[in-house]
Amino acid sequence: MGAVDMDICARVKEDRPLLSVQGVKKLYGNRIGCTDVTFDLFPGEVLGIVGESGSGKSTLLGCLAGHLKPDAGRILYDGRDMGALGEPERRRLSRTEWAFVHQNARDGLRMGVSAGGNVGERLMAVGARNYGTIRDTAADWLGRVEIAADRIDDRPSAFSGGMQQRLQIARNLVTGPRLVFMDEPTGGLDVSVQARLLDLLRGLVRDLGLSVVIVTHDLAVVRLLADRLMVMKSGRVVEQGLTDQVLDDPQHGYTQLLVSSVLQV
Amino acid sequence: MSDYNFAYLDEQTKRMIRRAILKGIAVPGYQVPFASREMPMPYGWGTGGVQVTAACLTPDDRLKVIDQGADDTTNAVSIRKFFQRSAGVAVTEATAEATVIQTRHRIPETPLCEGQILVYQVPIPEPLRFLEPRETETRKMHELEEYGLMHVKLYEDIARHGTIATAYAYPVKVEERYVMDPSPIPKFDNPKLSDNPAIQLFGAGREQRIYALPPYTQVVSLDFEDHPFEASKAPHDCDLCGAGDSYLDEVITDDRGSRMYVCSDTDFCAGRRAAGHVGRLGQPGAAE
Ligand SMILES: Nc1ncnc2c1ncn2[C@@H]1O[C@H](COP(=O)(O)OP(=O)(O)OP(=O)(O)O)[C@@H](O)[C@H]1O
Ligand SMILES: [Mg+2]
Ligand SMILES: [Zn+2]
Repeated sequence: MGAVDMDICARVKEDRPLLSVQGVKKLYGNRIGCTDVTFDLFPGEVLGIVGESGSGKSTLLGCLAGHLKPDAGRILYDGRDMGALGEPERRRLSRTEWAFVHQNARDGLRMGVSAGGNVGERLMAVGARNYGTIRDTAADWLGRVEIAADRIDDRPSAFSGGMQQRLQIARNLVTGPRLVFMDEPTGGLDVSVQARLLDLLRGLVRDLGLSVVIVTHDLAVVRLLADRLMVMKSGRVVEQGLTDQVLDDPQHGYTQLLVSSVLQV
Repeated sequence: MSDYNFAYLDEQTKRMIRRAILKGIAVPGYQVPFASREMPMPYGWGTGGVQVTAACLTPDDRLKVIDQGADDTTNAVSIRKFFQRSAGVAVTEATAEATVIQTRHRIPETPLCEGQILVYQVPIPEPLRFLEPRETETRKMHELEEYGLMHVKLYEDIARHGTIATAYAYPVKVEERYVMDPSPIPKFDNPKLSDNPAIQLFGAGREQRIYALPPYTQVVSLDFEDHPFEASKAPHDCDLCGAGDSYLDEVITDDRGSRMYVCSDTDFCAGRRAAGHVGRLGQPGAAE
């Protein structure tokens, strides 16, 4: 095989979506959670999902992350059908290759465990058995999310909302996941705290080459972070495309409303 | 006797408990649910252990009951009496002569042998409970061998105390599969869990769980490479019998704070004194 062929192989691999979502639908009884959702997420790409409250953003994210079982459609992760994936494998992926950042840090942290223990948990879950190494790695990650080293033995209950959120991020990223799901990671935080968190997230996403699906109803968040944008309404995707295109030239009436209401603020 | 069932429980119930025990022996370290019965004593008194003992006893058995190593505490005495009354079995304080030993918080010092059954009273059978209160989740963790959380507990110990401070109910892994709570025995006793010729049965009454270690099961105490497990004890010899290798209780002897260390295993200590061993404060020939 020549160098040219190798090159093509590498490119073909790159061009395969990390996540391929095909006609996903989730019902709650006969109420629609989300329906007919189709998109591809490529390695290193950040997809923003926006939409009003109740439009199905969290439901969709739950399906993608394997927390909810879709009623129809397929989700392929790295070419593998998640529906056919056994639970052990799905749980293994969710503590190695995937990460999930909850809106409420309390849902994503162990409040009774120190910051260091919170960050170290995923390491120990994948077999780390050297206390010194675990602690050093935890300290390093606390530094990366701008939490002072001397807070390593404090419990998250002693942290501010912004610190808790940064701790949750460190805890998730410590095992080097490829795909990160975030549900309103900046929700409920003060504006200045939000800005700092966004900045940090942007740096981490770029440095680590993460693929991200981020749900928010803050268009400023997607403008800063997302390469592509998906707009949802009543459980359906009404518009998707490059973030700048969608925001600067919205096609769908609902998107136009969304964008204009932000501009008015 | 004719008015009562042998060993208090009816045959139906004993069969149900024996099935749970057999399942536990077949899957070492796995917590088997069972329908715990009301016993004529409060839960804190080891109703789980009592039910397991009741299901194991035969008329030919010789029963020993210990609480923290001692045969003469209120708890041990009343459980022993209960089985004398309800099963008419012989009783003993000598570890080597017992066929069934029910225990709370200790493994006897005298090595056990084949044919003996050691029954532990267990308050909380779930070792993961400390960090994960959801029962559905802990069951899933056992099923999928997701035991990282157990090390989080040990990590927290070292972070807070500089060393693994867990001294009782120190978690173990059984045959490289199930993580198990050995009941609140001191970690000094943990090595005796492994490769033991006796059958070891664990009964949790309130929590309705039975688990087991068949003879010669491999049991490993969890630890970190750089903080290895240590079966520690007070750095003293027994003041009565001079034993340097038995687990000691610290006893305050007067109101000026004088203290002495004595074997927690009363049978072991008495046996040594009877054989002529003397400790710092013991009198030669003082043993009864
Ligand atoms: N557990 C549930 N049981 C029943 N209906 C649900 C459940 N969760 C969500 N729904 C419904 O599904 C629809 C989508 O809800 P979802 O939580 O996904 O919206 P969202 O876009 O995340 O909203 P928000 O911005 O408020 O978080 C809504 O109509 C909601 O009421
Ligand atoms: Mg939501
Ligand atoms: Zn002694």
